[in-house]
Amino acid sequence: MPTDQQLARKSLRYRRDILRWIKHAGAGHTGGSLSCTDILNVLYNRILRVSPATASDPGRDRYVQSKGHSVEALFVVLADRGFFPESELASLCGYGSHFVGHPTRKVPGIEQNTGALGHGLPISTGMALGGKMDQAGFRVFTLLGDGELAEGSNWEAAMAASHYRLDNLTAIIDRNTLQITGRTRDVMSTEPLEEKFAAFGWAVRTVDGHDLAALTAALSAPLEAGRPGAVIANTVKGRGVSFMEDVGRWHHGVPSDEEYARALAELDAALAQLPEATA
Amino acid sequence: MSAPAASMHSEAAQRTAAGLGLKMGRPNLEEFADTLLALAQADRQIVAVTSDSRGSGKLGPFGQALPAQIVEVGIAEQNLVGVAAGLASVGKTVFAVSPACFLTARSFEQIKNDVAYSDNPVTLVGISAGVSYGALGTTHHSLHDFAALRAVHNIAIVAPADNAEARAAVRAAAAARHPVYLRFGKAALYDLPAAGPFALGRARMLRAGADGAFIATGETVIHALLAAACLEQQAGLQCRVLSVPSVKPLDRAAILGAGRDCRAVITVEEHMVNGGLGEACAGVLAQAGVAPRFKIAGIPDEYTATGSQADIFRHYGLTMEGLARAMRALLLG
Repeated sequence: MPTDQQLARKSLRYRRDILRWIKHAGAGHTGGSLSCTDILNVLYNRILRVSPATASDPGRDRYVQSKGHSVEALFVVLADRGFFPESELASLCGYGSHFVGHPTRKVPGIEQNTGALGHGLPISTGMALGGKMDQAGFRVFTLLGDGELAEGSNWEAAMAASHYRLDNLTAIIDRNTLQITGRTRDVMSTEPLEEKFAAFGWAVRTVDGHDLAALTAALSAPLEAGRPGAVIANTVKGRGVSFMEDVGRWHHGVPSDEEYARALAELDAALAQLPEATA
Repeated sequence: MSAPAASMHSEAAQRTAAGLGLKMGRPNLEEFADTLLALAQADRQIVAVTSDSRGSGKLGPFGQALPAQIVEVGIAEQNLVGVAAGLASVGKTVFAVSPACFLTARSFEQIKNDVAYSDNPVTLVGISAGVSYGALGTTHHSLHDFAALRAVHNIAIVAPADNAEARAAVRAAAAARHPVYLRFGKAALYDLPAAGPFALGRARMLRAGADGAFIATGETVIHALLAAACLEQQAGLQCRVLSVPSVKPLDRAAILGAGRDCRAVITVEEHMVNGGLGEACAGVLAQAGVAPRFKIAGIPDEYTATGSQADIFRHYGLTMEGLARAMRALLLG
């Protein structure tokens, strides 16, 4: 199990790689990838029982990225975990590449094709239900955006997951409070999320979505026996790059050469302040 | 008090059917439910998923016999298909059962993405399809489902014409490791003449002939067959009848054969004339330079007539009499 400091270094490197590949491709969902980086880091390095060697093991844990547009973060983490060579990301969004702008199963490690919002929670509910039917021990995780929760299909699934007491299901909400048009609270408020999920019968915990230890604690085990779990992660869109943080235009902004250099300098400086863990 | 249901077949049509030795079977929906129950008893990975549609889908006995293999999601068709995809992705063989009108419209995006694009082996079972719920109005009609699903990659579209086709289609869907859409009505159907085995992508020739050809699917096939018999008796015309349970993939060779051998082709479907079997056949014929006289019989693009399924079929000429008249006009006009 990597230490918090090792994970913190990984997060900085992931953020750097996310920006590098978005810059290379000239396209990508920058802000949302940076807001969920720490969540994916904890999931893939501490929580999920998945690996390239067990990628088709029926007993593996499942992760479904419902907010599919933040796929660059997922690609970078999967490459780091050895599902494919990172160099393959050079084809991101290119002609004939299977590294398209949303998750597809053609990429090793990706479970389901997503990208249209409001699909991940119903699919994950079915997966978790199948696991319960077979008394399999795997857990199912899905990552949703707070803006995405305006899609009604989420609430159909929230009802069913609670009805079937799917404590093997955890929904993580990347609450970065921004969507493409502006503040979620102004576009269509999905709040109060804690009360909504609780009213649907879910166990709920709110955490700092950039606190690796807090995320680990919230995700290590089901929140409550007999209930699906909602981990509401308070995050900052564009996290880690000062001029991108909490700024709506970075929803799918590609940095200019000058912005890219500044962003990398900030991340490198942060990395320099975090020494490698001593052996 | 509702109006008495009109018979699907006129007395003349019933006499023609008797002359062909045809026996009345039962609704395809019942054949589906019994076939699925038998399959699921032998394979415990088979799961039925319903959206408050257990009764409509004739799955009451299934639920009683195999309570651990049926999942209810309530009146929530988007979730029905999403959950079905998730179940399939973890190894279940899933039949998602809901009225065709809701299943193929409300959950269209789940079908396109979660089932077809992700290639999760789900069989979507559209019950009370077409105008089976005729008197309930357009909300409950599915006259768009062929067109909608034909435009989605990676899903077979199957509309069985009788109990034998229905039984074979359910078995084929359970064995397919890819998405399938099955479309069933709720009226009792005549058992059609034997015509070779059912297979995805294959048409079945129920009657030979080289004057005209009827290319029909689902619950309209019997009307085409009776029309062909009627045309022979009354006018000495020999008409081929193809049952096309597999609207996609389509049996191009059989369609082209009919177009090349016959002077006139009429396609018949319980679907809007836009985007269904007829336009699929027209595309096959035109792109091969085969140009028989051609008509698409179906529900026209208008505010659909009201009444029972039988009333609506009669209104639009999807009957023995109507189809025989249309073929005579095409051949002799």
